[in-house]
Amino acid sequence: MNQTVSGTKTDTAPEQPPALEVRDLRIRIDAEAGSFTVVDDMSLSVRPGETLCIVGESGCGKSMTALSLLRLLPDGAHVERGSIRVGETDLLALSERRAEDIRGDRIAMIFQEPLTALNPVMTVGAQIAEAVCRHRGLSLRAGWAAAVQALRGVQMPDAEQRAHQYPHELSGGMRQRAMIALALCCDPAVIVADEPTTALDVTVQAQILGLMANLQREHGTAVVLITHDLAVVAEIADRVIVMYAGRRVEEAAITDLFDAPLHPYTRGLMGAIPHVGGVGRLTDIPGTVPPLWNLPEGCAFAPRCPLATAQCTAETPPLRAHRPGHMAACWNVTHDA
Amino acid sequence: MTPDTSDINGPVLSVRDLKVHFPIRKGVFQRQVGTVRAVDGVSFDIGRSETVGLVGESGCGKSTTGLALAGLVEATEGKVMFDGARVGSKTGRDLAMYRQRMQIVFQDPFSSLNPRQRVRDILRAPLDIHGIGAPAERPQMVLDMMARVGLRPDQSASFPHQFSGGQRQRIGIARALMLKPDVIVCDEPVSALDVSVQAQILNLLNDLQAELGVSFLFISHDLGVVEHISHKVAVMYLGKIVEMADRQAIFANPTHPYTELLLSSTPSLDPRKRRNFSVSHDDVPSATSIPAGCAFRTRCPLATEICVREAPPLSLRDGTRLVACHNR
Repeated sequence: MNQTVSGTKTDTAPEQPPALEVRDLRIRIDAEAGSFTVVDDMSLSVRPGETLCIVGESGCGKSMTALSLLRLLPDGAHVERGSIRVGETDLLALSERRAEDIRGDRIAMIFQEPLTALNPVMTVGAQIAEAVCRHRGLSLRAGWAAAVQALRGVQMPDAEQRAHQYPHELSGGMRQRAMIALALCCDPAVIVADEPTTALDVTVQAQILGLMANLQREHGTAVVLITHDLAVVAEIADRVIVMYAGRRVEEAAITDLFDAPLHPYTRGLMGAIPHVGGVGRLTDIPGTVPPLWNLPEGCAFAPRCPLATAQCTAETPPLRAHRPGHMAACWNVTHDA
Repeated sequence: MTPDTSDINGPVLSVRDLKVHFPIRKGVFQRQVGTVRAVDGVSFDIGRSETVGLVGESGCGKSTTGLALAGLVEATEGKVMFDGARVGSKTGRDLAMYRQRMQIVFQDPFSSLNPRQRVRDILRAPLDIHGIGAPAERPQMVLDMMARVGLRPDQSASFPHQFSGGQRQRIGIARALMLKPDVIVCDEPVSALDVSVQAQILNLLNDLQAELGVSFLFISHDLGVVEHISHKVAVMYLGKIVEMADRQAIFANPTHPYTELLLSSTPSLDPRKRRNFSVSHDDVPSATSIPAGCAFRTRCPLATEICVREAPPLSLRDGTRLVACHNR
């Protein structure tokens, strides 16, 4: 992952069809107090071998987006409109049974907290073997061999012994390796990773990010990585979507975003991060994220925005391209950034 | 043993050889079968208006150090001194005096505030307990403190759940400040917050320090946050400080291999400076079975035979930093 900018995967394979394509997705939640939209106008596409990061703060809709990609939305939440295509398959048109065939096979998920995502009463080897047998129709013996192989693939120390262990017997880093092995065991075209390193220490985070990058390169997997951490984004993304209050506010190639962020929210976020080597007062963003059931009129960021004008509180700004491949949803984008 | 980096008046708080050991008990008779040496001989000074950052990975003992200093877990051994005077037994009046000088802000602003108390009662309680100010003045002291930490005084009758995470952390900070303590232990105070709100709280802590001259022991796993807020940084590994120096020295020129590892593992905010990940798989050893000799040797690229035999002492280098390593 220490490639130069010109060598990013997006540039090298522009003709490949996307491995995952989402169009105009809207997710709504029905609660007792009424229903409200948690994700709106969400579109994205990821090519094989590409890493798309979706970044935003809590409540911005990034995790809902991630879950919807595998049809794993919790009860009460549903996709109201839009399409999700994995390769040629329209995921939303499938029966639940057919969706199960695809999930884990062509699109797989890595969750934030492996201790709750893994089955506590099955050994990690059995969990991986189960997935391989389910999707590949292998015998149990062959499935187990594939599981050990998958654990070796994620550089699990003593893979053969570890396969016989339960999740609670493994350290946090090893558990996350096991979950990555589970996600990768059927060689999916797309991996959705929701905050895969947030629960880990920084040294283990570095290992896991490195592992994911290596595996992605070997397998040509398309990765959608959900995170709140712009430093993780800087480390592994090819392209980035910044979300705020359920919508995309900015989308760009990684270097464009960090060199010249357009949206005031993105700029605010970047100024707000204390980072090694950074000095001076942090620019905080006043106020807090508005609750999704009570969004302000017009641009949801306007109440916290230093550039807000009358237009911002009246009309929602559309996502528009301000430079090639660099889009922002703001009425007051300044181009000299 | 600790270099004096504080002003001529000496450190406001000195900690010497602090140890917190927990027994591991098993079986029907709860026989002690082992010991977790969570904190194993930690010494440092904090000067007036100074922030000392305490960093390390989970399980290194940084939070236990903070809890022991706040009197919330019992120290097994060690001395704590305010202005050079040893704090006596942490019971009765001594404990009350101690708590006036040392307060704590917790990581989770949701579980550290009583959900059934109004903000004004949460903030008033310390004044009542310690008999600060005339009872008639206390409501005004509460409102003044709310304004100082950026809360609207007209919300004083609200309950914690009516506030956002960042505002709740402001309540926690206000509560810690009510007694005008000399030192506040901040245990991961911004880890549960979103970045934009985290920046508000970090800026607030800096402002309060400039205004009130309070000192912070700032415990965090986030090196970016620690670099931003600290004057001095102590790096902890498995119960011991392995390196301690001024912020600049730690970040510009890390000396202990563990400090190096932490720094090189921290992603930069520059996509052009991507690292060559080392895909090693070394895990932190358990605190119940800390390796003999240097605790870091199992992960250390420089480890030699002496590291197995002897624990390296924390020794002064270049007159500016303390490092515990045989090979540096």
